[in-house]
Order: sequence, then C-alpha cells, then structure tokens
Amino acid sequence: MSDDHNHEHGHHHDNELDPFAARVKALETILTEKGLIDPAAVDAIIDTYEHKIGPRNGARVVAKAWVDPEFAEWLKRDATAAIASLGYTGRQGEHMQAVFNAADTHNLIVCTLCSCYPWTVLGVPPTWYKAPPYRSQAVIDPRSVLAEFGLKLPEAIRVRVWDSTAELRYMVVPMRPVETDNLTEDELARLVTRDSMIGTGLPLRPGSLDPGALWPATDNEGGSGS
Amino acid sequence: MNGPHDLGGQMGFGPVAPDPLEPKFHAEWERRALGVTLATGAMGAWNIDESRHMRESLHPALYYNASYYEIWIRALEKLLERHGFISADERAAGHGIWPGVKPLRVPKAADVPGVLARGAPCDRPVKAAPKFEPGQQVRMINEHPTGHTRLPRYARGKLGVIEAVRGGYVFPDTNAHAKGENPEHLYTVVFDGRELWGKRGDPALSVSIDAWESYIEPA
Repeated sequence: MSDDHNHEHGHHHDNELDPFAARVKALETILTEKGLIDPAAVDAIIDTYEHKIGPRNGARVVAKAWVDPEFAEWLKRDATAAIASLGYTGRQGEHMQAVFNAADTHNLIVCTLCSCYPWTVLGVPPTWYKAPPYRSQAVIDPRSVLAEFGLKLPEAIRVRVWDSTAELRYMVVPMRPVETDNLTEDELARLVTRDSMIGTGLPLRPGSLDPGALWPATDNEGGSGS
Repeated sequence: MNGPHDLGGQMGFGPVAPDPLEPKFHAEWERRALGVTLATGAMGAWNIDESRHMRESLHPALYYNASYYEIWIRALEKLLERHGFISADERAAGHGIWPGVKPLRVPKAADVPGVLARGAPCDRPVKAAPKFEPGQQVRMINEHPTGHTRLPRYARGKLGVIEAVRGGYVFPDTNAHAKGENPEHLYTVVFDGRELWGKRGDPALSVSIDAWESYIEPA
C-alpha cells in the first residue's frame, strides 16, 4: 500500500477532510457497491454501541452484587450466567469473570496484546485503554498508572493486574462505598463509574450523584436509567 | 510473533493521560470504522485470531503512530484483499471493479441485535484431563514463534502458579493461520511482580495471564 508511506502521522482525524476519513469512506463505498455490507446494518451496529451498550450495564451488575449477597456469590462463581440474568450477553462478553476488590487487594484490568475489554458491561473501550502508554505500564508499574487517574493506593494494598490474554473478559467489582446504607440499588448504580470497573478508579461517594460526572453524555441513553 | 502489539513492560510511551470528557468517537469515520469492521467480521470469512494477527503484523512504525480504529481499518483492508473480497486497484479507485468472492452471509440491519447478542463463544470441549491443577507451580515456555501467539513476552520463561483451570478454548496459535481450532485447556497463571520485573519490581504486585496448556510446562 503505497499510501502507507505518505500517511501524515500525528494528526487527529477529526473531520471529514482528513485523508483517513476519506480512506474509510472509500472502503465503505466499495463494500456497499459489492454487496458485502448492508449500510443499514453498519448503522445499527454503531447505534448499539453508541447508545445502547455502555458502562450503565456494568454499574447495574455491581449495584446488584452490593445489595444481594446471593447474586454476588453467583457473579463470583459464574459471571457469564449472573450477568446474562440481567440481560447483558454477547460480543466480547461471551466468557465473563468478575474480580472483587477487597480491603487488602485492588484489581486492575488490561490487555497488553490488543484491546480486549468487556463490551457487554462497559461498551466500547476508551482510547487510553487501547493505547501503548496504558498497555505497556499497567503490568510493570500499575501504581503510577493509578496515580495518573488520581488514585493513590496505600503501599500495603496489593495490586492484582489481570492481563486479558485469552477470551475471558474481566470486570472489577469495587467495594461498596461507606455511608451508603440508605441508598437504593438504583442510587448505588449511579455511584459506579466506568473506571471503577476497569480498576483505574473507585466508585463515587454519596453526594456526588451527578450522572454527567459518571459517563459521557452519549452513554446516558443506555437502558431505562434510574 | 514478537510484534509491536506485545507492549507489556515497554517504556517510553509517555503518560496515559486519561480524559474524563473524552467522547466515545472522535470523528464520524471512527463510527463507520467500528460498524464496518464488525459488519464484515460477521460475514464469517475470518476469525478473531486471524484478524488480531493481521493487526499485529502491521509495520511497527505504522502501528505505534496509528489510533486503534486506524489499526482496525488498515488490517481490515488487508483481510478483505487476502480473502478475495476486494482488490488494491479497487481501493485506489474508491469503487468496486471486480465481482470478487461472495461471502457466506451479509447481515442485514434486522440481524444485528441477534448477531451482537450471540457473540462468538470460543469455549470447546477438550477430551483429555487438564495437565495442571490449581496451586501448582509452573514455568511458561520460552518460545518465540513467528506466527500468532497470545503468550506475552514479559511472561515467557517465568515461574508462576496455576490459579484457575478455565476449561477448553480455541487455540489461537493455529486458529489464526487456518490450521484448525485445536482447543486446549486454558489456565489463569499468576506471577509475583518481582519474578516478572526483578529486584526493582513492586513487591505488592501480582500479574496474571490466561494461558493455553501448551504455553505451560511443569516447574
């Protein structure tokens, strides 16, 4: 591909005049003309991951585990089935594992080899999750990575990093924040951030129940809300 | 292969720089890249392992300069050409020219919810009993295959402990190269930070990988 050598690196592909945008458009045109894709199916895929599947799914799983010990036990034993019972199944969530933070252990999820991520519960991964800085550092110096996210763990807390090298997809179940005894399951779900389920954050504390602080606006359309 | 994708423990890429306000897609073409990649994947002409191997086979200079959706598209172009669906002259022209290979299926919009909700499970029965058991100390093989593998370099030759036996899964090292699924038992193997990273490693760190049986030998 001769144009590989002419590709201008370091730009951000942020508008339709971008040469890479033109390249994707050309590919889509060829595939459509040859009957290899149905553009309406492409639209439906985009709509699914832009509006229907996102970290609100995972937040519901975590909140249920916080209030229902039987569900938490099931989630620990057979995460795929427990998560499917809430309606979340499918692509990049076929084989789920839920890993639980404890007073002495903090869990962190990474895919050093590509970008494996539990799509059924968290949606499409953020850019930083797929990029070399996170993928390279998470397994050798996770505490510095966590510090970048504003999370400074005491040295006594062990860090357990799960490198998603196979088809198991991991989600972190963070510990329930203190002073949340009076909250409902729906209110608890609103404390569960995407990053707390990757392990690069902790759940919000009560009193910061601003959904806009949790996820990008496009994620807030997912599901019935609370 | 020891490709650009095998990033664990590499240095010099700079800060992670998470952006709390980052949009899901930075441009319309990223949306289309996601949709086209998944839609063509659903034709059933290649599997996830072949697709991953195509991405990691991109030239390192290109791989490190590209965003992830760009990596997806560049690998997809090559997959479509390899399987005879499109040709380089069509890409240059921006239009279809040749009839090309006909796919097994082309999902319609109505098929999308079912296709995505089913996913592509890759657990498979394995007749033989697992060779290793939880708690057992093991060593990861130190091999450097030129084809696809999912044993990261930082774990090769290292001592670890079997934490869990996960069941049979499609073996990517052959599946990526049209040499069959050859399912094997999969294990979660956990390593101490200092075993992986030496004296300066974090003493309160453990790292696990999921490893197929042939990546593992008795310690």
